[in-house]
Amino acid sequence: MSKVMEGLKYTHSHEWVKVENDIALIGITDYAQDSLGDVVYVDAGEVGMIVEKDEMFGSIESVKAASDLFSPVSGEIIEINQEVIDNPELINEDCYANWIIKVRMSNQEELNELMDASEYQEHLE
Amino acid sequence: MDSRLIFEKSHKGRFAYSLPKQDNYLEIPTKFKRTSSLNMPEVSELDVVRHYTNLSRKNYGVDQGFYPLGSCTMKYNPKINDFVASNPSFTNLHPLQPAESMQGALEVYYKTAKYLAEITGMDEVTLNPYAGAHGELVGLMIMKEYHYRRGDYKRTKVIIPDSAHGTNPASVNVAGMEVLEVASNPDGTVNIEDLKAVLSDEVAGIMLTNPNTLGIFEKDILAIKELARQYGALLYYDGANLNALLGITRPGDMGFDIVHLNLHKTFSTPHGGGGPGSGPVGVKKELAELLPNPRVVYEDGKYQIKYLPTAIGQISNFFGNFLVVLRAYTYILTLGKENLKYVGKLAVLNANYIKESLKDYYQVAVPGLCKHEVVFSGLKSKAVSTLDVAKRLLDYGYHPPTIYFPLIVHEALMVEPPETESKEILDGFIETMKTIAKEAIENPELLKTAPHNTVVRRLDEATAARKPILKYQDIINN
Repeated sequence: MSKVMEGLKYTHSHEWVKVENDIALIGITDYAQDSLGDVVYVDAGEVGMIVEKDEMFGSIESVKAASDLFSPVSGEIIEINQEVIDNPELINEDCYANWIIKVRMSNQEELNELMDASEYQEHLE
Repeated sequence: MDSRLIFEKSHKGRFAYSLPKQDNYLEIPTKFKRTSSLNMPEVSELDVVRHYTNLSRKNYGVDQGFYPLGSCTMKYNPKINDFVASNPSFTNLHPLQPAESMQGALEVYYKTAKYLAEITGMDEVTLNPYAGAHGELVGLMIMKEYHYRRGDYKRTKVIIPDSAHGTNPASVNVAGMEVLEVASNPDGTVNIEDLKAVLSDEVAGIMLTNPNTLGIFEKDILAIKELARQYGALLYYDGANLNALLGITRPGDMGFDIVHLNLHKTFSTPHGGGGPGSGPVGVKKELAELLPNPRVVYEDGKYQIKYLPTAIGQISNFFGNFLVVLRAYTYILTLGKENLKYVGKLAVLNANYIKESLKDYYQVAVPGLCKHEVVFSGLKSKAVSTLDVAKRLLDYGYHPPTIYFPLIVHEALMVEPPETESKEILDGFIETMKTIAKEAIENPELLKTAPHNTVVRRLDEATAARKPILKYQDIINN
C-alpha cells in the first residue's frame, strides 16, 4: 500500500507538488519510488532552466529502470536539492521529505489541473 | 575458489617471459622512453594461465546450458560457423587489398546481403553496422536524410510505443530527432487511437518491434502502415524479435520501409560479452541510394567495391564485422530455405510450451498465444519478487531470464527459449521454475537470500551503482 500525503498536489506520472506561495517543491511519490526500487541516480536539470507543465525536466534511475521526470507546473527552476543528487537513496528513505527541484511558478492556475490526495489515491487504485 | 584479482596475486620480481638482451637493437630515443613503472602484475606464465582459465570457468554461456534471456535470442552458435570463419583465407584478408584479390569474401558479403533482403522482404541491405544499436542509428539517419532531401525539414519526431526496447528512444536522440512516446494497449500492441492523436506532418517515422516486447504480434500492423503512409511517415522495424517470424512472414510485406537485424540474435552468431555483433540495415528501393558506403556490387562479371555520392556517408571503417557476417552466411546456407522456415515455428512452440506449463505458478502477462517469448508478471503467489526468483535460478545452474523488462509489466519475467533447445531441456527448466515457486511459499527466506551456490552471494546492486568502484586503484585506495 503506497503512502499518499494530505495537502500535496499530484500528477498522473507520480510526481508530487508542495505549494509555498508562488514556489512549487517537486518530488516523486511513494508509489513511484516503490515501483522504481533502489534509486541510484537523479538528474534534475539546472537552476535557471525554464520548465513547461508536463514536460521533462530530468530523469531518475534505479537498479531496475530509468524514468523521465515531468514537471507538474510551468516556471523556472530556482533550486535543486543537491543533497538528493549526491545521495539518491534519500528518495527511497523518505520521498515526501526530499524534494528534487523548486520551481517559481509562472501560472498558478495550472495547480487546479493536478489531483489532490484523495483523487491521487483513487488514481492509484 | 580463489577470487583475487590478478594484481593481488602479484609477487615482486616474478615474471612470465623475458627476451635476451641484444646489443644490436636500434636504441629508442630517450624522449620516447617510458620513465614511470608500468604497474603491471608481476606473475608467472602459470599464474596467468590459471587465473584466466579459472575466470573463464566462472563464466556462463550457451555452450554450458539453457540461456532463456528474453529479447536476446540466445540460440546455439553452430561450430561450423566458427570453422568457416577461422579459415586463414578469410582471416588474413586486408580490407584495403584490391577487390580482384578478394572476390570470395566480396561474394560472401554480396550474397549475405541478398539473402537477408529476401528473408526480410526488403530491396537492399548494408552489412556495415557493427551491432544492433548501430544499425538503429544508421536506419534513423537514412530516415532523417530521406525527408531532408525532399526539403521536408519539419519532420523531426519519431513515434515509439512505451513497450519499446530502450535503445529505440536512445537512437532517436543520438540521430538528432525527438521521441514521441505513445502508450500501448495492455498487451503491448500499439493503441491506434493514441497513435492517430500524435501523428502529424512533423513525424519522420514510427519505430516498432514486431512481435512486440511482450511477445505479441502487432495484429494492426497493416492499419498502422496505412496511417503512416497517410501522414508521410516512414515505418521502421526493430529486428530484435525477428526470430519469431523467420520463414512465416516478412517485415517488408507488412509495409516496413527500414529494417535493422541482429545477426548475433536471429542468425546464430555469438551474442554477449561485448560483441562483436552485426546489425545489418535493409531498406525499400526508394531509400536504397542512401545506404552507407562502401557497398559491394556485382558488375561486369565480378564483385566490386563502390562508394556512391548519394549515400548518407560512411558509418564503419570498412565492411562492418566481416567474420560475423561470414558466420551468419554459413548459418543461412546450413539451414537452407526449407529449414529456416521452421526456426520461427519452433521458437514460438517452445515459448508457448513454457507458458502453458508454468501458467499455474507464474502470472501470464498477456493471455492467449504468445510468439517467441513469454512474459510473466511475477509469481502467482506473490510470495517473493521476480528478482528473488531470478537469483534462485542461479543456484540451479541456469542463466536467469530477462527481468523488470518490459517496463509496462509489473514484476516482469521474460523467458525466450530459442528453437535450438530440446523438449528435455525445456522440461528441466519448467520443473526448476515450479520447484522455485513452491520454495517461495514454503521457505521465502531461502529465495530472498539467494544465490547460495555461486562464487559470490547476492550483490548489493544499489550501492554498486551509487558508488561504483571502476578500477583496481580504487580498491587499494579504499
